[in-house]
Amino acid sequence: MSREVEDLNRRVLRARDAMDRAYAEPLDVRAVASVAHLSRAHFIRCFRAVFGETPHRYLQRRRVERSMFLLRETDRSVTDICFDVGFTSSGTFSRTFREIVGETPSDYRVEHEPMLPPTCLQMAAMRPVVAAGVAKRSSTFGIAAAAAAP
Amino acid sequence: MITKLNATSIMVLDKDEALDFYVNKVGLEKGQDIKQGSYRWLTVRVPDDPGTEISLEEPGPPVHDEATAAQLRELITKGALGGLVFQSDDVRGLYETLKARGVTDFTQEPADRFYGTDMGIRDPFGNAIRILQPKKVAHAAKA
Repeated sequence: MSREVEDLNRRVLRARDAMDRAYAEPLDVRAVASVAHLSRAHFIRCFRAVFGETPHRYLQRRRVERSMFLLRETDRSVTDICFDVGFTSSGTFSRTFREIVGETPSDYRVEHEPMLPPTCLQMAAMRPVVAAGVAKRSSTFGIAAAAAAP
Repeated sequence: MITKLNATSIMVLDKDEALDFYVNKVGLEKGQDIKQGSYRWLTVRVPDDPGTEISLEEPGPPVHDEATAAQLRELITKGALGGLVFQSDDVRGLYETLKARGVTDFTQEPADRFYGTDMGIRDPFGNAIRILQPKKVAHAAKA
């Protein structure tokens, strides 16, 4: 029993790593699920059980974290950064950023300086938690409905 | 005054599988392998850097009761426990070597940072390993 749990954890972790690696590319949940050798719906349920959030939300927070990094460290325009980190519309990017961080990308840029910790630590530790009170799910990764299943 | 890191440890699910990965894939060397009763002190270390042993530890009795061991195994496979950070003089070369040796679990391909070049892999169990090639600092250039 527990060996099965460990094997499943490891496979879902491998799929999460794939999202971390390819966050800037268009990602299809079916392709990510296949990394874990799971069907789309089963993957979404397992991911949520293992990591406490949907793969869609995980990917959003990864992309927003990378956008925060680029806003702090570069002079690229907000629109360029939006596409750099894998969003396909600046409207979705601004809405998602505001929902997770609690302020707009431009306001965030004005208020934050470059950071010193190594990038690997920033990627692990600086990923934003969702701002309080606005934890609603959006569905651009196409999984919100499936994720709502028990 | 503390002068050196003597030993550290990493939790693995299987010592033999870990030994094979860390020696034959990552390129560390086998350190000490001492059996005392049911306990096996098994270490790996960085080649040409004696004195810092990385002990490969399995959750289980007598250190952990079975329920605790099960929790630890879950955390290992979720990637939720600490990992190791190594230094290399050629991260991109090592990346090619690892791929040729069949390593597929890269968390990050080599990337240039302000402090150097780094990459990330996972061991077979879920532990994160990072490898850093620090940027050479031109001390003489400082005015």
